[in-house]
Amino acid sequence: MTRTSVMVAVALIGLGGSAFANDANYGRNMASACSSCHGTNGKSVGGMEALNGYSKDKMVKAVQDFRSGAKPATVMHQLGKGYTDAQIEAIATFYAAQK
Amino acid sequence: MTINRREFLKVSAAGAAAVGVGSLAGCTGTKGSGNVVIIGGGYGGATAAKYIRMWSEGGINVTLIERNTNFVSCPMSNLVLAGERKIEEITVSYDGLRKHGVRVIQGEVTAIDPDKRTVKLATGDAIAYDRLVVSPGIDFMFDSVPGLTAELSETKIFHAWKAGPQTIGLRKQLESMRDGGTYALCIPKAPFRCPPGPYERASVIAHYLKTHKPKSKVLVLDANDDIQSKKGLFMAAWKDLYSGIIEYRPKHEISSLDAGSMTVKFEFGDAVKADVLNIVPAQTAGMIAHKAGLVNVNKRWCGVDWRSTQSQVNDTIHVLGDATQSAPGMPKSGHMTTQHAKIAAAAIVNLMSGQQLPEPMHIANTCYSYVDNKQAVHVAAVYAYDTEKKTYIGVKGASGVSTARNEIEGKYAWAWAKNVWADALL
Ligand code: HEC
Repeated sequence: MTRTSVMVAVALIGLGGSAFANDANYGRNMASACSSCHGTNGKSVGGMEALNGYSKDKMVKAVQDFRSGAKPATVMHQLGKGYTDAQIEAIATFYAAQK
Repeated sequence: MTINRREFLKVSAAGAAAVGVGSLAGCTGTKGSGNVVIIGGGYGGATAAKYIRMWSEGGINVTLIERNTNFVSCPMSNLVLAGERKIEEITVSYDGLRKHGVRVIQGEVTAIDPDKRTVKLATGDAIAYDRLVVSPGIDFMFDSVPGLTAELSETKIFHAWKAGPQTIGLRKQLESMRDGGTYALCIPKAPFRCPPGPYERASVIAHYLKTHKPKSKVLVLDANDDIQSKKGLFMAAWKDLYSGIIEYRPKHEISSLDAGSMTVKFEFGDAVKADVLNIVPAQTAGMIAHKAGLVNVNKRWCGVDWRSTQSQVNDTIHVLGDATQSAPGMPKSGHMTTQHAKIAAAAIVNLMSGQQLPEPMHIANTCYSYVDNKQAVHVAAVYAYDTEKKTYIGVKGASGVSTARNEIEGKYAWAWAKNVWADALL
């Protein structure tokens, strides 16, 4: 990710973040939709990538790359388009904190 | 199974008091208290049970009532029919939920009393709740097929649209069918549970027959005008892999069944005589939802508030899964049902700790279908809550299917199953 795109992403996250600020569980709840495949709190039981402890920036970047096609995917390019960067940031913050 | 009724009522009263105190104090730090009873231990009920325990950090008591001993998955059960997997491989014990502190009761719920907030069991025991989750799945409308009865569907003409003995029964029939026999699958008009399910079933059974009884045929008799899901992908598989084996006939609504001669007649088109007849009848919300007066849409489905899955009829009752009137474009699928359960769990924990409903979360669906023993295809979509329309709507651009059938997704499909079962039950 280039420096400017990081800054843009941070700006977007800042805006989006405030919209969810009144719900402390927003990231946890949003992430639970991913857990059906990636395991409860990201703890995959196998065959899918574990997301617990996954670096936040790396996750935001991975989903951006799925959306753009830069990272090959069977399904994540479609699912990734359902979320804004700010929403992925909220999800990624939750997963990064899972042991 | 014995339940100490007094103990339940006692716990319930204490729980109700605690909730009252919490909301009076405007307390937001608490993780909730009180008693939740869940009817049905399928994808919805099991996921809700685990997530309520987890998100309330053990604060909320959860009792799950399920009629079967174990969870048997409908998704992947077509692989059992095809002989690719054993029924044990798609069966999960409820012990994992017990480890989360869920009280699992094997039993049959006969009535719900919404005024007294109790659930009655066939044993006569009553269990008190502060909030009730009804996740009953579907029941069949046998009278939609003249000549079919519940009894016939348990002995001779299986639907296998609930996994378990039905799956085993149909598998045995396929095993003993002669080479050169006809397997006929009758699909009801949509909406039905698992839109791609029938077409996956036709595919994997065709794979089995092609490998073991190559002179046999698969006749797909669909009451709908067309294939209901992943049409292009199924048609390609049928053309490339099963030409001369699978024959698809749309617009075939059954007008009568003669179980003696194993013959089905249709409004339009030729009658069909089959060696193995697999009739999937039209479906409606599970019977307990009807009995409890929760069915308020087209006399078939339960309307809910999608921010919380609270019933439109009674806001202390949440309804999940295939029994609900789906939001537009939301399929009746196991995966979708787990998402309903998470909406419910988040809402219930908030409501039982004196908080507002959560900010609506996005939900996602993915249905994998096998087209043979190794290759699969998927359909996926993300849905967001629309505050104006008061329902979930597919996010624009965030949906799609596989580009082509492939073995990588055959592996992901099984990994999906293992992970979604663990997420619900372990
Ligand atoms: C249907 C199952 C499914 C769901 C639901 C799902 N994923 Fe994925 N995820 C996959 C698969 C499969 C891959 C591998 C890439 C591919 O083939 O699409 C993957 C890969 C990823 C990766 C890359 C891992 C790596 O290091 O290579 C990330 C990050 C990720 N997913 C995040 C998410 C997030 C965030 C969500 C929820 C918004 C989510 N996933 C929901 C199936 C799923």
